Order: sequence, then structure tokens, then C-alpha cells
Amino acid sequence: MEALATIARIAAEAGDAGLDAAALKANSAAASAGQAYGLAAIGPGIGIGIIFGKAIESMARQPEAAGMVRTTMFLGVAFTEALALIGFVVFILLKYA
Amino acid sequence: MSSDATISVLARRDTGPSPEAEVTRDLVRRGLLVAPALIAASWLLWGSAGAWSSTYGIAIVLCNFMLAAGIVAVAARVSYAFMMAASLFGYLLRLALVAVAVMVVRDAEWVDLLALGITLIVTHLGLLFWEMRYVSATLAFPGLRPKSLRSTTSDEVTQAESMPA
Repeated sequence: MEALATIARIAAEAGDAGLDAAALKANSAAASAGQAYGLAAIGPGIGIGIIFGKAIESMARQPEAAGMVRTTMFLGVAFTEALALIGFVVFILLKYA
Repeated sequence: MSSDATISVLARRDTGPSPEAEVTRDLVRRGLLVAPALIAASWLLWGSAGAWSSTYGIAIVLCNFMLAAGIVAVAARVSYAFMMAASLFGYLLRLALVAVAVMVVRDAEWVDLLALGITLIVTHLGLLFWEMRYVSATLAFPGLRPKSLRSTTSDEVTQAESMPA
């Protein structure tokens, strides 16, 4: 019942604003795309923070392993970043394609 | 006890060779090797717009890798604290740069956004998975595995590294 009321309210607002269904859909898609990109960037941000934190911890414990840690860290960051890149590509495709 | 022991790890710096720069150089070399095949595949699937988009996508990915490695390599010579800060803000910066690079050309006639997007993901992940086979990440060889040891298994590499010179 509540969902129907929400749909009716959105439809009424669309009618008031002179929007047709296609424009409303396009607006919703744009907003969703923006939210998807923002949400997709949060996870990798946290992940990269954890990776760097642990890498610094490892280098503090074993300074002689710093080179090895940096290589692993770099690859880990690149893999984590791929998630953000996927979010960005989904955003681009939803919004502009 | 060395004087380094009294210094906070965050204030320390790495003055040795940067393994990420070595890995990235190899990654870019592999990217350039595989680029013609990717561009040809895009041309077959999406035509000339796909081929141009694929070329642009590969360039973005390779520049992104080089920038990432450059930021870490330069910042590590200053201090580990700076490396961490530079890498985290570098992540945001690089993400923004990729977004700007795509936004700038999104309306261009030669761009196919689907081809560009797929190239970005496939090239980024594909190159990383490919590169992982050649990364040693051991104390003896922190970056790439030496060419003479590449045909051997990882157990054999560990064994070879533990042998006295």
C-alpha cells in the first residue's frame, strides 16, 4: 500500500514538473549511476588503506623485507583499484551509453 | 644497534631500488605487446570507433600504472609516512584523472563508451594477472623473478634463493 502511495506521489510530482516517464527514468538512472560510483569507490578506499597500513607494519617489523612488501603492496593496491575502475565503468555506461 | 632503531618507522625512508617501478616497466612492456591484439579485437567487434576507444583505454591504463608506481617510488624516498599519504591521495587523484580522461572524450565521434569501458577493465585486470606470473616477491628478488629462473616453479626459485652464492 505504501509502495503504491509512493509511486502515486512520484507520478504526481512528475506531472506537476511537466516530466514524462522517460525523463523521470533518465533522472533516476543518473542518480543511481552516481550513487553506484560513489559506493564503488568506498570499498577500494578502505581496502587500500588496510593494505598500506599492513605494509607499513610489515616494513617496521622486517625492514630487510621492505622491497618484497612494496611489490606485494603495489600489486594488491592495483587489484583493489580494479574494483573502483569497474564501478566507474558501470557509472559511465549507465549514464552515457 | 643502528641509529635507525631509534627513529619511528614512519619517518624512515627507502633509498634502495624501487621494485614497483621495475614491475610497472615490465607491465607496460607487456601492455604494449598485447595492445595490437586488443585493438584488433575491438575493431572487429565495434569497428573503427571501437579500435580508437580501445587504444585510448590502453593508454589510460598504462599511464595509470606508471603514475601509481611513480608516486610510490618518489614518496618512499621521502618517508614511509609520506608514501602512505601520497598513495592514498594518489588513489583519489588517479581515479579523478581517469574520470576526467573519459569525460573529456565521451561525446567524441571516435569514442565507443562500451568498448572503452570494457578495455579499461580487461586491460587493467588482464595485465595484473599476467604480471603476477613473473613477480618473485622474495627477499633475494623483491621485484621481478630473474629470467634464468622464470621457467622453474616457485618452490625451485625459493630453493635457489636460499642457496649460498
